[in-house]
Amino acid sequence: MKRIGIDVGGTNTDAVLLEDSRVVRAVKRPTTADVTEGVRNALHGILEGGHGEGVEAVMIGTTHFTNAVVQRVGLERVAAIRICLPAAAALEPFIDWPADLRRIVEGPVFLIGGGHEYDGRPIVPFDGEAMRRAAESIKASGVRSVAITSVFSPLTDEAECEASAILAEACPGVAISLSSTLGRIGLLERENATLLNACLRPLATKAVKAFEQAIADVGIAAELYLTQNDGTVMRAEFAERFPVFSFASGPTNSMRGAAFLSRLSDALVIDVGGTTTDIGLLRNGFPREANSTVEVGGVRTMFRMPDLVSLALGGGTRVVGNPPKIGPTSVGYEITKKALVFGGGETTLTDVGVASGLAEIGDASKAAGIVPDIRAAVRQWIRDEIETTVDRMKTDARDVPVVVVGGGAFLVPEKIAGVSDVVRVPHHDVANAIGAAIAQVSGEIDRIYRDLSRDEAIAAARIAAEDNAVAAGAARDSLELVEVEDLPLAYMPGNSLRVRIRVVGDIA
Amino acid sequence: MRILKAEELPALADGAGILGTGGGTHPYLELVLAQKLYREGAQVSLMDASELADDDLVAVVSFMGAPLVSKERLPEPESVCEAVRGMEAYIGQKFRAVMSIEIGGENAFLPVLVGAMMNLPMVDADAMGRAFPEAQMTSFAIDGLDLFPFSLADIRANRMIITRSASAKWTERIGRVVVVELGSIAGTCKAPRTGAEIKKHAILGSVSRALTLGNAVRRARGEHRDPIDAIIDTESGVLLFRGKVDDAARRTTGGFVRGRASIAGLGADTGKQMTIDFQNEFSAAFIDGKLSACVPDLICVLDAENGEALGTETIRYGQRVAVLALPAAPIMVSPKGLPLVGPRAFGFDFDYQPFSGKAA
Repeated sequence: MKRIGIDVGGTNTDAVLLEDSRVVRAVKRPTTADVTEGVRNALHGILEGGHGEGVEAVMIGTTHFTNAVVQRVGLERVAAIRICLPAAAALEPFIDWPADLRRIVEGPVFLIGGGHEYDGRPIVPFDGEAMRRAAESIKASGVRSVAITSVFSPLTDEAECEASAILAEACPGVAISLSSTLGRIGLLERENATLLNACLRPLATKAVKAFEQAIADVGIAAELYLTQNDGTVMRAEFAERFPVFSFASGPTNSMRGAAFLSRLSDALVIDVGGTTTDIGLLRNGFPREANSTVEVGGVRTMFRMPDLVSLALGGGTRVVGNPPKIGPTSVGYEITKKALVFGGGETTLTDVGVASGLAEIGDASKAAGIVPDIRAAVRQWIRDEIETTVDRMKTDARDVPVVVVGGGAFLVPEKIAGVSDVVRVPHHDVANAIGAAIAQVSGEIDRIYRDLSRDEAIAAARIAAEDNAVAAGAARDSLELVEVEDLPLAYMPGNSLRVRIRVVGDIA
Repeated sequence: MRILKAEELPALADGAGILGTGGGTHPYLELVLAQKLYREGAQVSLMDASELADDDLVAVVSFMGAPLVSKERLPEPESVCEAVRGMEAYIGQKFRAVMSIEIGGENAFLPVLVGAMMNLPMVDADAMGRAFPEAQMTSFAIDGLDLFPFSLADIRANRMIITRSASAKWTERIGRVVVVELGSIAGTCKAPRTGAEIKKHAILGSVSRALTLGNAVRRARGEHRDPIDAIIDTESGVLLFRGKVDDAARRTTGGFVRGRASIAGLGADTGKQMTIDFQNEFSAAFIDGKLSACVPDLICVLDAENGEALGTETIRYGQRVAVLALPAAPIMVSPKGLPLVGPRAFGFDFDYQPFSGKAA
């Protein structure tokens, strides 16, 4: 099976061609402002090897949608419908958004009677009449994307589905985002994720169309997938509807690529880029997830995000003076102009690495002037930074293997305290594109179960998660359980158990 | 009496999070709501208990139910206002001020919200000095005051009053059944307290304590100083342990989250192991098997870097933490207090012991 994986980073667009788990070809091209051109160039680069025949899938990982939110560019005004009354009325939708983003995105807001209790009973009956009036009002406003959030919809999506049907009938063609498909328990954070998703819908459609065009332009007849932040992919038409799932997929892809290249499923991964180093933990071949709220562009949400620590340590990190002041600034993508070894005038960690004989990059003679005590101080600093963070990420005292990837991997020392083995792998500098190429499809569920035994609750949750995975494009018989978390709930009657489950399988 | 300023609200939230001792968490949603009410022109006055006339009546309020439900239904201060109005209608008198049953966690903000919505000042006091899982674990109950009448309400305008109950335990038992029916969250107004009772039986200065704690942490963060040191400097507490969480096991029994967290020592504590037993709140901490601190003293588990309070439901593997012990209010450790809030009340088979370094 042949697949192309592409990672669109801030500096480079990396692409790899994988055939039956073998890296056949890897290229790097500069990322372009419109993103698509860089993707087209990378695809051309892959095909120059004459390997275009029989490619079945192209997987693209992109920070496009995160950047759109952070930079407030290309966002659509959206209407918010919250089905909650008489509950959840004190804090309106958009309440904790940064003012500038709120001004751009906030459209008409409606609070409507309905929603459910934690045990599935309706709070009050769903107010269909109010929903029809809201739909008419949205139609009149001209807003084309709508976020619908109902109280306890992760338990039952009944109210959101009813509202969606009414809206679709009154406003044909309007883009509808349902919170029950996007998030976990926690109304405000889930609603925020839904609103962000809604404001990205037109951009997602545009981006997916452009990627499909780029693939067609180079003459590949393969299906397009976009990578998600949990290390799996979604079909293009699914990605158009769920752009928020692509947030933070870059670091995840690197970690998945590291797992693939090293054949280790439980290890730490150190990804050294141009500006930062990400350190994360692989468990069962997937990044461990952060268990807390995450801010995207200043909006508080709750996503499955990889649990990473980022250090201001990269190939482009500036080294100034003696004793040296190291970072936190970096020359970033201008490294090929500004670093000493490329004939520039600024000393970077790459220059120190070259001067120390750790790598052969550019013209080594231009870095020869870096004196030994600067080299020693810099290398000690790198060791300290990495050792402290590695220790922080470890979950117990035992030594763990570390897989080192990224363009700046040579900066990582051979011996690290608390580490059993520093594993270096071929193609480490395109680990992110490889992570995209090998991605599978996942399904997740987060629900409260009552009066079931723990085993029964987990079994019920697993079936629901598997249904979600199949809907996202997975083959049912290939699905495996990768994560189970159950949390007993305080002050609830009976045996209330909150179960979160994730399954992963191959593309159908 | 002074105005509680808008800038003080985040510090109150941080302080309430720390005083929640793992059960009540950082009241983020309540903070956002209070800030919204302030933006809309509300202002709440903070009054010292000494400013109450002996026959003034104070509404003692709280949410009752599962914290998780509030994350979905969002805080519903209107249900608390409804419980307060229900109580006023029943006793035929108006309240002079409002205060929280507990200064730890989400409930700490209720007097701000209810005060803003009903135009009442809040009293600088509470009845726990921290967070506790059950309504009878208060200074009022310890001193033997009647805990009825007791009113409950929800946002559907269901309102009820327990006019009399056989004991504090019964109020709690009856209340729980009702609360479950209402969706596991309700606003409550406890037995009305006179100014004289507040001055004699409440834990005074609780709101100021939360503000001082919150301010210390926020200032330390702003100046890149260690927030843990800042807390120790402002409180007569001690740092028990620094380390990394290496296990957290939980289960529910009788509606409570119980469990145990294990922390491997770091720095000066390298080689030592702390275990903390919890029952919604952190109840007892042991170092290498030896009791280090226990209820009713406050055991606070904080993120070692930013001083943020960690909860019994959020503590997990790999977190770098500092564990502090802060002294409980004197009434809580008195001979009549310990049977209700000491270790034996939480099912431990040992007696209360002050943490080392605590002033006798």
